[in-house]
Amino acid sequence: MRYLPLSDADRSDMLRVVGASSIDELFRDVPEELRLRGPIEGLPPHASELAVERHMTALSRKNMVAGEVPFFLGCGAYRHHVPASVDHIIQRGEFLTSYTPYQPEIAQGTLQLLFEFQTQVARLTGCEVANASMYDGSTAMWEAIVMAHRITRRTKSVISSGVHPHYVRVAETMAKFTEDRLDTALPELSAATDAERLIASIDGETSAVVVQYPDILGRITDLTPIAEAAHAAGALLIAVITEPVALGLIKSPGEMGADIVVGEGQSIGVGLQFGGPYVGLFACGEKHVRQMPGRLAGETVDAEGKRGFVLTLSTREQHIRREKATSNICTSSVLCAMAFTAHLTLLGEKGLRQLASLNHARACEVAERLAAIPGVSLVNDAFFNEFTLKLPVEARPAVHAMVERNVLGGVSLGRLYPGVESLQNGLVVAVTETVTDTDIDAFEAALKEAVQ
Amino acid sequence: MTVNPSGWRPSAPANEQGEAQTVTGNRALMLEEPLIFEIGSTEQTGVDFAELPKGASRLGGLERSRAIGLPGLSEPEMVRHYTRLSRQNYAIDLGLFPLGSCTMKHNPRLNEKVARLPGFADVHPLQPQETVQGALEVINQLAFWLLDLTGMYGVAMSPKAGAHGELCGLLCIRAALEARGDKRAVVLVPESAHGTNPATAAFAGYSVENIPANAAGRVDLDALKARLGPDVAAVMITNPNTCGLFEPDMKAISDAVHAAGGFVYCDGANFNAIVGKVRPGDLGIDAMHINLHKTFSTPHGGGGPGSGPVVLSEALAPYGPLPYAAKYPDGSFKIVEEETGADEHPGAFGRMVAFHGQTGMFTRALTYILSHGADGLKQVAEDAVLNANYILRSLEDVLDAPFAKSGPCMHEAIFSDKGFADGLSTIDLAKALIDEGFHPMTMYFPLVVHGAMLVEPTETESKAALDQFILAMRSIAGRAKAGDQSLKAAPIHAPRRRLDETLAARKPVLVYRDPEPAQAAE
Repeated sequence: MRYLPLSDADRSDMLRVVGASSIDELFRDVPEELRLRGPIEGLPPHASELAVERHMTALSRKNMVAGEVPFFLGCGAYRHHVPASVDHIIQRGEFLTSYTPYQPEIAQGTLQLLFEFQTQVARLTGCEVANASMYDGSTAMWEAIVMAHRITRRTKSVISSGVHPHYVRVAETMAKFTEDRLDTALPELSAATDAERLIASIDGETSAVVVQYPDILGRITDLTPIAEAAHAAGALLIAVITEPVALGLIKSPGEMGADIVVGEGQSIGVGLQFGGPYVGLFACGEKHVRQMPGRLAGETVDAEGKRGFVLTLSTREQHIRREKATSNICTSSVLCAMAFTAHLTLLGEKGLRQLASLNHARACEVAERLAAIPGVSLVNDAFFNEFTLKLPVEARPAVHAMVERNVLGGVSLGRLYPGVESLQNGLVVAVTETVTDTDIDAFEAALKEAVQ
Repeated sequence: MTVNPSGWRPSAPANEQGEAQTVTGNRALMLEEPLIFEIGSTEQTGVDFAELPKGASRLGGLERSRAIGLPGLSEPEMVRHYTRLSRQNYAIDLGLFPLGSCTMKHNPRLNEKVARLPGFADVHPLQPQETVQGALEVINQLAFWLLDLTGMYGVAMSPKAGAHGELCGLLCIRAALEARGDKRAVVLVPESAHGTNPATAAFAGYSVENIPANAAGRVDLDALKARLGPDVAAVMITNPNTCGLFEPDMKAISDAVHAAGGFVYCDGANFNAIVGKVRPGDLGIDAMHINLHKTFSTPHGGGGPGSGPVVLSEALAPYGPLPYAAKYPDGSFKIVEEETGADEHPGAFGRMVAFHGQTGMFTRALTYILSHGADGLKQVAEDAVLNANYILRSLEDVLDAPFAKSGPCMHEAIFSDKGFADGLSTIDLAKALIDEGFHPMTMYFPLVVHGAMLVEPTETESKAALDQFILAMRSIAGRAKAGDQSLKAAPIHAPRRRLDETLAARKPVLVYRDPEPAQAAE
């Protein structure tokens, strides 16, 4: 077995040192009647690298690869070009095969990188501080809701209808088990967001208002009035971002008054991977840092006065505080955070702005082309790289029809909001720098045919 | 505002070794590296774009006007920056990483190659289901093997990490209790449990009570039985436990909990010790998360991503979360989510994540399981346990081993600093191990052993590697008992000496601030 270094001779020698006559003697605490007699049933015996690779490659070929077809999906996961050097860096064994940096003297690589990541996330979101990552955007949003609950000592959160429905489902699931009350609504196929509803729903019991920016339909709206209304009532504004590339071009939520900014960092540096692993972003103001969940890297000095980094403020965390911790989170998403920070370092502010401009310009072009198809109209006034079309037919069958023509043509709102009649004709289309002119032509032709 | 000290300090005092300082602060292959904010520029980029098209803007007046402050690096600078940083990290690829309870085993590179196949890496979670049959088959196959290996009834694949899996398990328990109209408010957790256990119970809305350990390092069965009652929703047990010992009374514990109307949650962090040897389902367990990043070798990556599928008993399986990948009689696969959940899985307690879980980790774990097969996985547990016992018996004469007399350990051996000279403790031994070229063991955990050192070598260490580790441990233990105060200065050969964690917590500096704020606006 290629992964097991011990030889049979080693095993015999070691058993002698241990003073056991057989390996089973070491399992004597496992009641004999419960011990398995031979290898577990059903599972085949070990296999060569070649054989396993063949098996897995065959499975992988049963999927339609996003990069091999015209591809226009978003809704919380985005396909961007990730430079080769990013994946090279995260495959270095010193990063890939290290653990949580509990021994900082021999983990400065990870710790400095997390400190840089925190700074980049804070600056990008317009917040003072950020943590070293969460599991993903959806779990980060729930953590933000309960953090606001701890800060305000109130339990009602008003959630915008523009928040990703899966994120809302995660929050609803968790809220069933806590004291939190969530005020939710379904989106409408209109250019206007539900900012007015949100503001009207804020009252003296409101802990937080939760808004996605850009939202699930790709709409962008000024968060300032919502922030002001929330603050006037003693509530916090939580902004959720699922496409951080947008922040290269549009104002950050922090600039507009958001108190906590959470989001999905996948679109910078991390591939689609059928939904995970991704990387949750979590940023807030300095005054709330002790209520923050998750790991934090902080600067300090070593015994010789050299600058160094450590995990800090761990008295918030489960391994110290146990049931009184701010969260039960332990593992974060460091390797994905590394990909995020490496990609963002390669881009820099200049590259990020160019990337964002390219995305937006491409999206404007595609929106115009598609909205010119008879019967198809553009829902959004404003958007970044994702927008919603209203089709003359239900969007879900149209998406399947486009697959027949080898086009992955957006996400139907029917998939995200099954059974909601008013949304069935909505199609959410994301356009990134990876889209070519040929892709656009193919998409336009496929959609034209699908809506006839 | 705190102004950061800028990087290395060539003027820092020479260390005890009397090493000559260099002008750069570098020491041959040990290269100091500033922060990207100190070496990059907002005008520099390592990415080339085609000419930007000029078009109308549809940003609704929300264009960003202020500078963001994100420095860029060209590709050679970027590669060098991260490569230099990487060399300041210890890793399994470099040597023994015996961090107890963390199962730092070799990460096979085939797993990485497979996860990067375009058919896995470049697939969107919301693609139409007919275009992702291979991805769903991976989830379904892995689920099948996890059930086979644990003897359980159902599995929730979506939890993102171990603690997230714990939460999933407790929410299943809560849903099952609510379904029978039973309101129970308490979760019992042994003192030796991982911190995530009580934190998760609290996060799921339960109050937490401790149950004590007996002198043999196991759950005190009588104390547990005495506490069981109509208010106890669940008992969270780690088995093998965090002292590296199997709970021989596990079945009796499960039976007692079930008789009292509660459920048994098992923290599966230590599954590596028993995979292929005994099935949790046969021990009466109702829910157990499996850390794919421990037992099934997906990379730890400096602290995640993890993956924490939860196997469930027949009693809990109806309440597992959405979505999941189901196989149909015609051989096709389908994601069961909210749309059809009410028909196909009506008891689901809800949804834990946006998409389908850590699919990129599932491909790696499935690759690992198929590589090992039934015989290989059994050998994994046996070699992991043999390696730990070899360390236990090779060190028990020089280090206090509180449970060594009661018999063999499982996959990890526990020691304490009892017998060290005054002023020296576990941390000093751990830091001295760094100088000897090893990652330290888990320190001061579990809490039930004073000055605990939890050593988990895993099965992927050779006898030669173990012997070298034992040699180092014996030497350091001898110095600690003899009162060698130079241990307090360790490590002296690492990229950094001991770091001031108190300062970091008292005056937190969590982000870089430009030394002269005016520059940020340029």
